Amino acid sequence: MVHQSTYKPGSALESWLDKRLPILRLAYDSFGDYPVPKNLNYWWTFGGILGLFLVIQIITGVVLAMHYTPEASLAFASVEHIMRDVNYGWLLRYIHSNGASFFFLAVYIHMFRGLFYGSYKEPREVVWILGVVIFLLMMATAFMGYVLPWGQMSFWGATVITNILAAVPVVGESIQQLLWGGPSIANPTLNRFFSLHYLLPFAIFGVVALHVWAFHIPGNNNPTGVPIKDVKKDSLPFHPYYTVKDGFAIVVYMTIFAVFVFYMPNALGHPDNYVEANPLSTPAHIVPEWYFLPFYAILRAITFNIGPITSKLGGVIAMFGSIGVLFILPWLDTSKVRSMRYRPTAQLWFFLFVACCIGLGYLGGQPAEGVYVVWAQILTAYYFAFFLIILPLLGVLEKPKPLPKSINEAVLRKNPAAPALQPAE
Amino acid sequence: MKKTLFALIAAFALAPFGFACAAGGKVEPYKSGDWSFNGPFGGYDKEALQRGFQIYRQVCASCHGMKLMSFRNLGDKGGPYDAPVCEKAGEEKKISCSNANDNPVVKALAAEYQITDGPDDSGDMFQRAGLPADRFPKPYPNEQMARLANGGALPPDLSLIVKARKDGADYIYSLLTGFEAAPATVNVSPTQHYNRYFAGDMSQLLKEEYRTEEGHPKEGVEIPHGGVLAMKSPLSDGLIDFADEATPETVDQYAHDVVNFLAWASEPKMEQRKRLGFMTVAYLLILSGVLYWSYRTLWSKVDH
Repeated sequence: MVHQSTYKPGSALESWLDKRLPILRLAYDSFGDYPVPKNLNYWWTFGGILGLFLVIQIITGVVLAMHYTPEASLAFASVEHIMRDVNYGWLLRYIHSNGASFFFLAVYIHMFRGLFYGSYKEPREVVWILGVVIFLLMMATAFMGYVLPWGQMSFWGATVITNILAAVPVVGESIQQLLWGGPSIANPTLNRFFSLHYLLPFAIFGVVALHVWAFHIPGNNNPTGVPIKDVKKDSLPFHPYYTVKDGFAIVVYMTIFAVFVFYMPNALGHPDNYVEANPLSTPAHIVPEWYFLPFYAILRAITFNIGPITSKLGGVIAMFGSIGVLFILPWLDTSKVRSMRYRPTAQLWFFLFVACCIGLGYLGGQPAEGVYVVWAQILTAYYFAFFLIILPLLGVLEKPKPLPKSINEAVLRKNPAAPALQPAE
Repeated sequence: MKKTLFALIAAFALAPFGFACAAGGKVEPYKSGDWSFNGPFGGYDKEALQRGFQIYRQVCASCHGMKLMSFRNLGDKGGPYDAPVCEKAGEEKKISCSNANDNPVVKALAAEYQITDGPDDSGDMFQRAGLPADRFPKPYPNEQMARLANGGALPPDLSLIVKARKDGADYIYSLLTGFEAAPATVNVSPTQHYNRYFAGDMSQLLKEEYRTEEGHPKEGVEIPHGGVLAMKSPLSDGLIDFADEATPETVDQYAHDVVNFLAWASEPKMEQRKRLGFMTVAYLLILSGVLYWSYRTLWSKVDH
């Protein structure tokens, strides 16, 4: 469903520009008159929230970079200089550090939403794959950003994560040395992480543009998974209907965010990161930021060798595989039905999968011993089974509920008392 | 139905983890200091900050540095010697003291210290009286000397100590008031000091007669909470004289006051942050109300 342009230049200047660079036309067609299914629920507001958080992170980050010193003996003190002496520096830093957490929270909700409503399925495979690319870039950016304050957790988290690269056969150690810029984590590592931490958000911005472009070609998915059949009956123009709805959701999310920034800015951090990095003193428990914990649990769940694959390499393969599997998800799910609203069995496995991810997150924060390891192995097995066994089989075995004929019909079925009014135009 | 099912699945999936948490945990739960700076509207008690600074200066500073602090910080907004207007000696006119470098109390405090500066024009370092812009002096010129003077242990810098420890304020308050004679079941070397709130492994220090041949604790022997550290109890009743006669000169009061000071030093912008937070959250709540109303009004014309 490629949308026909309805843009009419409102003035001579706009008309002049439209013939030369139709940028206003693009904006109007994408975010003004663009037809959006009228049944989108609040889970669909997280795309807009994510866009806003990317902008917040870039703006606060650019200003923080003006005051930060990426040098191993000065970095920690320069962050405290921001906290103490820069005007509203504490605010910038707390927005930026908590912003990363809220960015990830929103991206996880956005991904679970896509998973539940089958937003990765034909014809939106490329939208989904670009999304996974963004997620990977976000992880790299966040990981490098966490190293910059050069606290104990920065240093030792970086040590653990870069050390796992050495498990990769043949090239592992070369990659590790390249990343470190020497034989160990030191000033060169900090320098390149700072450089890349500044670069990658702009790469994210570029892929986000592709992601948005790509979903504007088939149009938004919706809770029924049934495409728009009649633009007049099934859809509404993005503006004002969804600008207001997204706006409301954004402000609610920002309110929760503000409570963290202003009232518990360190709740999601780790006290050890207020101790300057010391290569001679290892913290008792090294844990990454909360948003990496599920993957950290998967990494540590592989405690056994599989033939020539050592447990260390196995952990690395499992961890990267847990994200890699998302790339082929559109072809793993064999069901013809998009939305799990009409797939009662798939729904159960989905909620179990959400619980599995939360469980892995919990386990990632615990020491890798005893019952924790066993549970991490069970949940890791389920994580992969969900994608590689359950979804492919369900498409064949499951009997979905009947689909509504159209979005409008689904809306009327849900809400029979409502008068079938047309939007005021 | 869907929600109940989800809750059930989640409960089952997470239930086994509850048991696993019970193991470990040999440190006594911290005492709560009932801090004025807790809660969404909590601020620092200025008099406690002043007393706390006095304690830091007279007791802690001999071993612990605060390298992120300058004297001027003491006169910053919300700091121990923050004063909106300064009185200049011999002058009737009161001047603004928003710049802590003009604060007479801070200037006098800084001037009590001798700071090495230089080099001068002939290339020599020289001593001068401290200025508000100077950092708090270091107790030791380098780490090696600090360790030598403290039996191999390095006294941590205190600039961020309250944020650098879990439940920092309660922890430091508990630690400072938690020194006591070591239990009879353990051997503590004379350079070490037992504290029930310090993280450590007391099973390593059990006396011979309480261990099995393999060195494990014997059945029924209780391992004491806490650990041992190189710092001896730094505070004792009556150690410091407060100008204010009404404040008790007890270890508990000293510990409480110095934690107030350290909490402020760790997070000096907390009061400003909470004030701005109140305005921000109030603004966002009103805005979300307006947007919700707009959303309902706009969408009421649409069947959705």
